[in-house]
Amino acid sequence: MPYEAFKDNEYIEKLVQQLKENGTNVIVGSLDKLINWGRSNSLWPLTFATSCCGIEFVSLGAARFDMARFGWEVARASPRQADFIMVAGTIVNRMAPVLRRLYDQLAEPKYVIACGSCAISGGPFRKSYHVARGIEDIVPVDVYVPGCPPRPEAMIYGIMQLSRKIKVEKFFGGVNRQEKQREFLTTHPVEGVED
Amino acid sequence: MADFQEKIAKLFPDAQIGSEEVPVISIPDNQWHDLAIALRDDEDCKMDYLVTVVGMDWTDSLGAIYYLMSSKYNTMCGVKVTTSDRERPMLHSAADVWKVACLYEREVYDFFGIIFIGNPDMRRLFLSIDWKGYPLRKDYAEVNEVSVENERQSDTTDTYIELPDGKVEKKEVAVFEPGEFVVNIGPQHPATHGVLRFRTAVDGEEIKKIDVYMGYIHRGIEKLCEDLTYPQTLPFMDRMDYFSAHNYHHGLCLAIEKAAGIQISRRAEVIRVMMDELSRIASHCLFIGTYCMDLGATTMLFYTLRVREQILDIMEKTCGARMTFNYDCIGGVMQDIAPDFQKDVKALLEVLPKNIKEYNKIFTGNVIAKNRMEGVGYLSREDAISYAVTGPSGRASGWACDMRKLHPYSIYSELDFEEITATEGDSMARFKVRMREMEESAKILAQLVDNIPEGEYCVKVPKVLKLPVGRWFTVVEGCRGAFGIYIESDGSTKPYRLKLAPPCLPLAGVVDHITRGSKIADLITIGGSLDYIVPDMDR
Amino acid sequence: MQDFSTITDAIHSFLLSFMPGWLTTTVECVLIGVGLLLVYSLLALFYIYYERKVCAAFQCRIGPNRVGPWGLLQSFADMFKILIKELIHLDHIDKFLFALAPYLVIIASMLAFAVLPWGNGLQVIDFNIGIFFLVAVSSIGVLGILLAGWSSNNKFTLIGALRSGAQMVSYELSIGLSVLTMVCLAGTMSVGGIVDEQADLWFIFKGHVPALIAFVIYMIAGTAETNRGPFDLPEAESELTAGYHTEYSGIHFGFFYLAEYLNLFIVAGVASLLFFGGWMPLHIPGWDAFNHIMDYIPSVVWFIGKAIVLSFVIIWFKWTFPRLRIDQLLSLEWKYLLPINLFNLALMVCIIIFGWHF
Repeated sequence: MPYEAFKDNEYIEKLVQQLKENGTNVIVGSLDKLINWGRSNSLWPLTFATSCCGIEFVSLGAARFDMARFGWEVARASPRQADFIMVAGTIVNRMAPVLRRLYDQLAEPKYVIACGSCAISGGPFRKSYHVARGIEDIVPVDVYVPGCPPRPEAMIYGIMQLSRKIKVEKFFGGVNRQEKQREFLTTHPVEGVED
Repeated sequence: MADFQEKIAKLFPDAQIGSEEVPVISIPDNQWHDLAIALRDDEDCKMDYLVTVVGMDWTDSLGAIYYLMSSKYNTMCGVKVTTSDRERPMLHSAADVWKVACLYEREVYDFFGIIFIGNPDMRRLFLSIDWKGYPLRKDYAEVNEVSVENERQSDTTDTYIELPDGKVEKKEVAVFEPGEFVVNIGPQHPATHGVLRFRTAVDGEEIKKIDVYMGYIHRGIEKLCEDLTYPQTLPFMDRMDYFSAHNYHHGLCLAIEKAAGIQISRRAEVIRVMMDELSRIASHCLFIGTYCMDLGATTMLFYTLRVREQILDIMEKTCGARMTFNYDCIGGVMQDIAPDFQKDVKALLEVLPKNIKEYNKIFTGNVIAKNRMEGVGYLSREDAISYAVTGPSGRASGWACDMRKLHPYSIYSELDFEEITATEGDSMARFKVRMREMEESAKILAQLVDNIPEGEYCVKVPKVLKLPVGRWFTVVEGCRGAFGIYIESDGSTKPYRLKLAPPCLPLAGVVDHITRGSKIADLITIGGSLDYIVPDMDR
Repeated sequence: MQDFSTITDAIHSFLLSFMPGWLTTTVECVLIGVGLLLVYSLLALFYIYYERKVCAAFQCRIGPNRVGPWGLLQSFADMFKILIKELIHLDHIDKFLFALAPYLVIIASMLAFAVLPWGNGLQVIDFNIGIFFLVAVSSIGVLGILLAGWSSNNKFTLIGALRSGAQMVSYELSIGLSVLTMVCLAGTMSVGGIVDEQADLWFIFKGHVPALIAFVIYMIAGTAETNRGPFDLPEAESELTAGYHTEYSGIHFGFFYLAEYLNLFIVAGVASLLFFGGWMPLHIPGWDAFNHIMDYIPSVVWFIGKAIVLSFVIIWFKWTFPRLRIDQLLSLEWKYLLPINLFNLALMVCIIIFGWHF
């Protein structure tokens, strides 16, 4: 998709600005471009769904919305082979460690999309005794897709935003998102896991 | 109805029979087990189907109300047992009378801390072992933080036995035999249709025992509802069984309207029933698709989703959403149907038979599909009733349990449709029953689509809705079985207790029973054919 | 008919003109190795794209169309990503076997490439037991799968590997017997010889009934050999998450992924070799003008074209049929395919002895 058609995310604009400040080496820069082209165009989701949003995710794969157009249809059931988790649905207390473990099992580079109001804030169940109020305390989130549940179009837009975000990453030299992720992991440790 | 009441009064002089629409019998705990056996086995009662167990906290006492139904006489009653001990509340279990009671009582134990003497498996059902407090008690104020630490796991379960001298002894029982090869399936697994977890003891490819873990999507809807006014509780119905959103909405609206004495217009009734049947078709379509996908025929999913998308379009035009419609409201429906509604429904009715034919051609007649499904996961009629397996799964075992026929609500009694039953009781029968139910739903739609009467779509209801003091129990037919709603009101604007009895909980409870001795691949076939929705069972 | 051996001979004599013999051989080996690797990876990428498009067509979808024209670059993007994806180091596994397994799988499929008849004169090595070699090396793959399942220290992978072992060992019999049937007809095990035998008519026509039966059995067993639906039990997604390669990440998983598609190509390629004349154009005895026109289509196109059409059939299986259960899978092989196959072999021998073939 043309970059200009899509210039509506201040956060990414700011990120690009920051990265451009220091300048990049030609070779490293073009290698980065190649890698990011590969990564951003090949996003394989983990089959992970807890509730209603998961059904919309199924619709996303079906003929009408067909996420295969973007190459996202290779949904892997094993977290080792997936690139991002679409947290589709409510995360409750009992599920939180499972989600965290799934996240830890993903191979780098890994991304998280919080899909639907339950994953973002707890949604209609925010006041419940057994619901996590948003998943950002459990895993670092890259993209939020609001809705209850979000329409498949919104999900497509969300994954596109993720793909844009990956495009401005740096693999060699400077590190941007990775740093944030590391910071998150040190502030939210899990005991008994050395990895 | 009066017969069995008289009989109970004669047999158990201590029992007090209430005057509600569904009579509730109060009985002292020590006579409860005898009453249970009498209710099940007596020729005049034959209460062999346990609809649900409602745990209750009346602040001065804790207790449980067992709602029973007779598959023979089609009568309903409730049995109330209470205990005033809040520290270590104990009641006698009915797990040996109705098999599903084991699961229901675990739920009550989880929410209220009531120990059931004689229940073979007294573990928490939805919450983790280390959970502090019992959340549905009125005085629950514990804080349980969300933790990312792995949950503690126990391989033993407790059971409480009453000794001859009246003392109760706790005994630890191992869940699995020592040395068994236990494979953990779930909670994140493509086959479990959501976040359900099976600990499966296998011998090679053969399944020896399954231990079901739930609660990975337990959101505490019942507790949340206690803090909300009646109209505010409605949106949660969309988020339980999200395929039966309309049916569940319909059920709760019916229950509240019945309690408040609201009479809704015929137009609203017709629209509600049409929406119910549309969602039934959509739900069964998705069932066929995901089931075939579980069996490896991925392409079917895309064919069935085509019809589902068409139905979602119809609903979206009227309700404004694809999944969480929030359409039925107290007094009728939220807004009038879209101008294209009738045209769209007719278009759907035209393509549906062709599509069903196509599905049968691609999948049902396939020799591999036949081999995979026929004779796999046999469930007898007696077990179906005892395990409270309702809906298409129960009907496939020969139990006519369609609430639209047994306890006709709304305008179902006027409609001409057939209750589909099969006698095989295997996965193929469950699959075929759903296939044919789609045709029946289409028949209902065809009867109604040209007969939507004029009138208001929503009658006037008081802005602040208060229900009189009392308790009401309603059962409606969701897409997956009987959905029970229990409302207890203390006269205020909020329900004192709103218990939702979903059909999927017993469906998960029966998995262990029907998978024993079959292959791992059959677990997928059986689980798929039962078609449970995990957020529905967990609530 | 364009003969590629003129080109290869020219290169050979050109190299010999300024190099000693041993160096020429070394250089040629390296060149062929690089060429094969290139063909190998390009084919795999093409196959991934091909399967995704075919599957999309069956499911009334469009399939990849955003990355590059018609989505052609989609599998390249996937490759770049998978190359630089993290290789997760696991504890409590057999590290050596764990690392060895994907290479075994990929080497098995790569070795098979050596004897495939790519075109007229375009074959790496043509020796007298070529087809036997093919059957032998393709069964190294099962070793890789067993090792992968065992070494991962995961119950799902173990079940997947055991299923795969049972399946591969059983279906190898069918493959072997149906290959044997055709070898009887050809009278040679050399790949070049088999192709030459089909110069006037392809074996599927020449051998009529037994050849047809052998072809059907070969396609069924070949699908099972490649672990593809409806025989994809070892990696049955809805049962065992990802089966034997559940624990593999990054390029190690990539190897399994590529090998699956290349095995698909190899199975289809061998089918086209045995039944549809390899690179041999369609010749019908008596129709000289037609045969002549057919000769104008390059032999490489014939071979790859046939392989792609046959693999379309296998992909078609996958996206249509539900999966079998392990006991049904084994009973299909031992109770039906094997007896039919033995009978078929006898039938073929009779037909050859009495000269009833065309």
